[in-house]
Amino acid sequence: MNRFYVVLTALAVVLGVSVFALLKTGGGAPAAAAGPPPTVADDGFRGYTLGQGTAPIEIVEYLDFECPVCATFATVQMPTIKEQLINTGRVRWKFRDYPLPIHKYSRFAAHAAQCAGAQGRYFEMQDQLFAHHQWAQTGKDPSSLFRSLAQAAGADVKAYDACMESGKYAQRIEYSRQEGEQLQVDGTPTFFANGTKLFTSLRRLPSSDDFKAVVDSITAHSPPKPVARPAHH
Amino acid sequence: MRYRQTIAVLALVGLFVALYLWLHALGYGGAIKCGASGGCEIVQTSQWATFLGLPVAFYGVVGYLTMLVVAIVAVRPAARAEAGWSKLLALLATIGFGFTLYLTYLELFVIHAICRWCIGSAVIITLIWVVSLLALRSPATRTDRAASPLLPDPRA
Repeated sequence: MNRFYVVLTALAVVLGVSVFALLKTGGGAPAAAAGPPPTVADDGFRGYTLGQGTAPIEIVEYLDFECPVCATFATVQMPTIKEQLINTGRVRWKFRDYPLPIHKYSRFAAHAAQCAGAQGRYFEMQDQLFAHHQWAQTGKDPSSLFRSLAQAAGADVKAYDACMESGKYAQRIEYSRQEGEQLQVDGTPTFFANGTKLFTSLRRLPSSDDFKAVVDSITAHSPPKPVARPAHH
Repeated sequence: MRYRQTIAVLALVGLFVALYLWLHALGYGGAIKCGASGGCEIVQTSQWATFLGLPVAFYGVVGYLTMLVVAIVAVRPAARAEAGWSKLLALLATIGFGFTLYLTYLELFVIHAICRWCIGSAVIITLIWVVSLLALRSPATRTDRAASPLLPDPRA
């Protein structure tokens, strides 16, 4: 046989074996971060919050990172809500985890966000997880992707790895889920405004206009702020 | 003739790079091997990782396989004198090179992540493109005796 064909065949065999070996080896999601914890403890944490602490209305969103509707809401509606309601001081927005059992990597994603949050990068990581949401459709182990996303979010990867490996925030996430269960959260995303569940009869994803209407309504029905009077001596 | 052989070897390497990325996109194997810097997963799971409903890597597999087959056919003694094969290889390589330029632009300026495997493939297709252009300039009838012992020796 021509030497060229021998070389080509040998190269094909070597490359084939290499690809097979590469596919055989691969990392996996740390069980501590991916699954529900055996026990639950309240660490006092009540969610990452956007907006001013003095805002008169608090909206709490229970979200599941693997939920496509949550991703759509975060990427399509949330920028307008931030601009119109949060940045203007009318609303502060709190994020709570509600990983649904039907989603394989919800807890793992929530944990990744919490581990980035421990480094002050929660919102950046949330943006990354929702902006690259194709991971939720593939069903593939996203541990390597999340690590890259954490890096893109500005987190230190070594600290992130240690956090994920230890499952440090698994109990916090489960506490949040149980809290949502008590509040009768029945899907994601679910919203509460000053403790009242919103859009209970809405059959579609709420828009930024829906939130503006809610905020306008609450503001209209709130008692006016007392006018500050000069002190008398 | 060496040019066509070189293209065949490069296309074979590119084929396996694309094959690995395609199989990974289909869910085979664990996390992609991408080095400490990461980036492959971001690129592979971005909205640009699919084209017309199929993983981009699939087009790489088809492209490299086509170039490999054409190059192997073009190496045959019977095809050696036919300049058309070099033209076809140059055409295929140019299409692949253009597509790679577009993908590299997306990585650098849109996705803002670099996938080492994609860079590897970009280097391979660039080399194929350069070699295919050199092959066009080379006389198609020139033979390489060491590489084609089946050809009759004209001096005999």
